[in-house]
Amino acid sequence: MASITIRDAKKSYAKMQVVHGVDLEIASGEFVVILGPSGCGKSTLLRMIAGLEEISGGEIAIDGTVVNKLEPRERGCAMVFQNYALYPHMSVAQNIGYSLKVAGVPAAERTQRIQAVARTLELEHLLDRKPMALSGGQRQRVAMGRAMIREPKVFLFDEPLSNLDAKLRVQMRSEIRKLHRRLNATSVFVTHDQVEAMTLADRLVVMNGGRVEQVGTPAEIYSRPATRFVATFVGAPAMNILEGTVELDGLSLLGGSRRLAMARAGLPVGTKVAMGIRPEAVRLVAPGTAGALKATVDLVEELGAGRVIYVDLDGAPFSVMTSEAVHPEPGSAVGLKILPEDMHFFSSETGGRLDVFKVSVPEPAL
Amino acid sequence: MVERTPILNFVTHVILFLGFLMAVAPFVIVAIASSHNLKDVNDVPMPLLPGSDFWINIKTAWTTADLGPKLLNSFIMATGVAAGKVIISALTAFSIVYFRYPGRTFIFWLIFVTLMLPLEVRIVPTYAVVANVLSPYQAILDVTGLSWLIEKVSGVQVSLSLGLLNSYSGLILPLIATATGTFLYRQFFLTVPDELTEAARMDGAGALRFFIDILLPLSRNNMAALGTIMFLWAWNQYLWPLLITTDQSHATAVTELKQLIPNVGGIPEWNIAMAGTLIVMLPPLIVVVAMQRWFVRGLIATEK
Repeated sequence: MASITIRDAKKSYAKMQVVHGVDLEIASGEFVVILGPSGCGKSTLLRMIAGLEEISGGEIAIDGTVVNKLEPRERGCAMVFQNYALYPHMSVAQNIGYSLKVAGVPAAERTQRIQAVARTLELEHLLDRKPMALSGGQRQRVAMGRAMIREPKVFLFDEPLSNLDAKLRVQMRSEIRKLHRRLNATSVFVTHDQVEAMTLADRLVVMNGGRVEQVGTPAEIYSRPATRFVATFVGAPAMNILEGTVELDGLSLLGGSRRLAMARAGLPVGTKVAMGIRPEAVRLVAPGTAGALKATVDLVEELGAGRVIYVDLDGAPFSVMTSEAVHPEPGSAVGLKILPEDMHFFSSETGGRLDVFKVSVPEPAL
Repeated sequence: MVERTPILNFVTHVILFLGFLMAVAPFVIVAIASSHNLKDVNDVPMPLLPGSDFWINIKTAWTTADLGPKLLNSFIMATGVAAGKVIISALTAFSIVYFRYPGRTFIFWLIFVTLMLPLEVRIVPTYAVVANVLSPYQAILDVTGLSWLIEKVSGVQVSLSLGLLNSYSGLILPLIATATGTFLYRQFFLTVPDELTEAARMDGAGALRFFIDILLPLSRNNMAALGTIMFLWAWNQYLWPLLITTDQSHATAVTELKQLIPNVGGIPEWNIAMAGTLIVMLPPLIVVVAMQRWFVRGLIATEK
């Protein structure tokens, strides 16, 4: 078990910089998920921790020891790869025990430890098979066994579930979670799947364009996104964003067709802001209800437990998620009710969160 | 697209059969000729039904050309060359694919260019080097004046000499370098997923460990294919063994076949010559048959 400290870590290839100074503190035994779109540098960061990528700037310390110059084997990390990376010519037992063999552990002890790991992962009956003869989920478990057997200080997961089918993914997700609870080893898990991220993480790190956008518990990330990117990236369907401009006594939205009365809280008139509302925070009411926005239904997506209703709000696309048994016809008018506490505001310029508004919103006079 | 019509099937089979005939006919004639006695084999046209003297001819060929030790020589040489090529090309390809160092591409192209310099082209300098492996060093000492200096100071005349003529190493070593093999391995190594390399690094395996534990077992099929091809190639070498084995003790079976070929004005014992040919042809045939399964897999590559 070990803590990981990342200070101003940078990575660049030739001319292109892919990780721009990341700072991150991971406590011992914590399960941290790095979430971001593809190409955001999350895998690179993970591989920098593992020692598979050189660190161009800053430092990474595991358990207080700076590991920048250490070989992967000296860092005490184990990694689970996206496509499992099992040695195709070795049996399951050999795959799991390979690191011990390299380390010169005597055969008897090796067998014993392989057995123990196989028991944990329910792989005992497969030990003599080759990876070719295994299903995706079994291969995944072998890859985990290979990581576990070394009793590493840190577990690194590089999108390990993305090659599995949906059902298996959910199952493996809870298995990883259970495993973590039992071993209690520090884990860093990289994924682009937000459901995976939300369900697994003690703490979530959202990355974009080589930078950390926000670090926090899944609940924090969801309820108080620090940037517009986080707000739209986390949550499905994505948060609705309405562009607006600060006016003397409020906010003009949708090119001036709607106004939101509120104190302007120190922002100069003319400042561009973006207002975000989660689709699931919008309530559907009868058209014409006092204080409700009028919109036209475009499309209804049935999800079984609920439905997503895509509406047209003065030309802007807007989505509403509801679990109520309403089935508005496309083309019909609906009313949308939005509560002031559900509104998020972001600077259009920097994308950063603006908390100044919420304090002084008097009444949603939309 | 695979077409399946009876007519096309028939035509393709006819073409296949013709090809088969063309490939096999000479071989059959050799086999038939080797079974005739001296008179029958010189009949024009030669009878195309097998005669009865096969075993006698084989025995005569075996003793006349002293094929026992010669086959052993051939076998040692061909195995040595094949093994050497398999090992050295695996190592060079490993270096070229898995290590980043300056001049890597240059070295790769340098190796590739040797395809244009087969043994026949560079046979004279190669012979000179094999006659005295240390001659280049002697030349360096002479040119730099070091040998003169040593002679002046110590009174010892420097004369480096290590000849490989009439030795197995002389037969084998100059034939080992191979661009084809390096290229074959390189292409294979490039298909090995990077994750495998990284997984091995995470497991603590160093470069050599990874090479031996992971890469070599994975390239088994390639090794078999390359080994088979190179065994045949080395077995059939004629010029080089002829040149450097001045002594009978190291002659190979292929060069010794000429002992059996009738001289102008000599007795036209073609039946014996053909019997000898059959014997010399046999070992490569066995190797091909034995290795066929891996051989084909290695050449068609990816079935993972």
